[in-house]
Amino acid sequence: MTAPVLSVAGLSVGFTQRGREHLAVEGLDLAVARGEVVGLVGESGSGKSVTGLALMGLIEAPGRVASGEILFEGRDLAGLPESELRPLRGRRLAMIFQDPMTTLNPVLRVETQIVEAITAHERVSRRAARARAREALVRVGIPAPDARLAAYPHQLSGGMRQRVAIAIALLHRPALLIADEPTTALDVTIQAQILAEVQDLCAESGTALIWITHDLAVVSGLADRLLVMYAGRVVEAGPVADVIAAPLHPYSAGLIGSAPSRNRRGAPLAQIPGLAPALDRRPPGCAFAPRCDRARADCAAPPPLVRREPDRQALCRYPLEAALA
Amino acid sequence: MTALVALETVSKEFGGSPSLAARIARLLGERRPPATVRAVTAVDLAVAAGEVVGLVGESGCGKSTLARVVAGLYAPSAGRMLRGGRDFAALPAPERRAERLAVQMVFQDATAALNPRLTVLDSVGEAPVAHGLVRRQEKRDYVADLLARVSLGADAMGRYPHQFSGGQRARIGIARALAVRPRMLVLDESVAALDVSIQAQVLNLFLDLRRDLGLTYLFVSHDLGVIAHVATRVAVMYLGRIVEEAPAEALFSTPAHPYTISLLAQTPRLEPGRRRYRGLPGEPPSPLAPPSGCAFHPRCLHVIDRCRVERPEPRSLGDGRRVACHRDRADFF
Repeated sequence: MTAPVLSVAGLSVGFTQRGREHLAVEGLDLAVARGEVVGLVGESGSGKSVTGLALMGLIEAPGRVASGEILFEGRDLAGLPESELRPLRGRRLAMIFQDPMTTLNPVLRVETQIVEAITAHERVSRRAARARAREALVRVGIPAPDARLAAYPHQLSGGMRQRVAIAIALLHRPALLIADEPTTALDVTIQAQILAEVQDLCAESGTALIWITHDLAVVSGLADRLLVMYAGRVVEAGPVADVIAAPLHPYSAGLIGSAPSRNRRGAPLAQIPGLAPALDRRPPGCAFAPRCDRARADCAAPPPLVRREPDRQALCRYPLEAALA
Repeated sequence: MTALVALETVSKEFGGSPSLAARIARLLGERRPPATVRAVTAVDLAVAAGEVVGLVGESGCGKSTLARVVAGLYAPSAGRMLRGGRDFAALPAPERRAERLAVQMVFQDATAALNPRLTVLDSVGEAPVAHGLVRRQEKRDYVADLLARVSLGADAMGRYPHQFSGGQRARIGIARALAVRPRMLVLDESVAALDVSIQAQVLNLFLDLRRDLGLTYLFVSHDLGVIAHVATRVAVMYLGRIVEEAPAEALFSTPAHPYTISLLAQTPRLEPGRRRYRGLPGEPPSPLAPPSGCAFHPRCLHVIDRCRVERPEPRSLGDGRRVACHRDRADFF
């Protein structure tokens, strides 16, 4: 296998609250190869979005990357000053958000914004930049691109805005694209369009993709590998088909089991009792233990990282395979 | 059997009364008709006691407006809303009040639906006392019982909405709806904002309540997975009209409208194996400028000339199925 585009080891991100630092992400390891799609799945507060922001170097005070390295194209982004990050962001590394208005400026025309994003990283004539802006919209499947270039963001539908944001993110054919729930707010038919386009664009340009979502169903059809996060930690990682077919961690199993489509119609859903602990109230040891039906007394101690073939791991003292054996 | 709620060719328009400027412009000869949005057009739908009717559609299709008409919160602009076979609008005041209580709504955003300055005791207990269902001195016990039904402790009574998690707030919203002893709940995206594991808990609660209290539901959602799980019958809306209606089993196994077929095909499924996504072309049209003929024709993969000019009326396929499409299901596969 070729060297990964991105390789993260031991990443921890802390936020200081009333003088005490709490870790929103703890000891995260992650590698993404060229053209690979990694799904990062978790519920609210699991640390999945903070992970995405940390990879982009976008964590702001009172938060900080507390430890770990983020190796991207041979450089450790974690130690890089802002002045060296800026030329990377938008060119080699790009991000799309749930709300495209996070990316778009409401008072500038679409064309101005795309041209700006081009000239920020390349010396090209305005004319050439305009032509590229138009081309970028065509690539993401926007009909009537000339009319859209002249429009302001508020004149576009939600799906159209998200496409513009994706077009901007892919302008410089980045080595890595981080997508944080970009289709969550969209309707099913529009979500399918965007998934299709992102699949094509990443395949054709070899862009590695990290897709952050709460929706296992979306990544089950999109990703190669899956990382499941709970309370700041990756509790399970592995090839997506293997994880969904036979999860190791009880939390992954609970998430999969609680999806309505996996249950008999009208029958009670397999539910996970309770709710995820708040950032400042995480139990020592396994954070999932209070909700876990497999937990025993020794789950109050930190859980071990178990490894299984092919390329699977889980953070659990009593992983589910034991039940099968 | 008479339906609990029945809609007869119900339409709902918004933006009817013109502003002063618009009225002056009309006096001066402005000929453009005032801008009205038809959120719901000529909908027939009946909900019988004990059913769970799922109402599916994408943003802007009119499903929330329809839900509010069913709950009696919006009066239809045309057509009638019947309760037990009688026109709701024509009921004498005391009966209309009773019918209002009989159908309660649970909203998507419980934070917005609950008064932030009222304790749970007051939020849940105010309506039954005001309507004379419970005496004031019994309020505490009554609310404690309701909270127990939705798996919340009696200690929740003295607290305010912001002190709860999203899932707990959803339960408070449900307890409040149950407080006036309704026969039916209209659930408008009531689990959409919840995390998957919490969503499963609340869906289970709905199923339990239905069994224990004999409730009827109109379950409005954009999420086909959720609808497939809870509904006994499903209606699919597109641009203000019901385009297909069928028993849940039939709708999910043999959808007949091209829109339903695409919706089902494009909903991500939790299955191992990489899939090719294929978008349905285009976007839902604006209700301000609906397309000619069948509103779905610009996006339809099976469009024929007739679809562009003539709107298909709903026709029966037997077995309680109705579809509004000129073409036959057999031609699509």
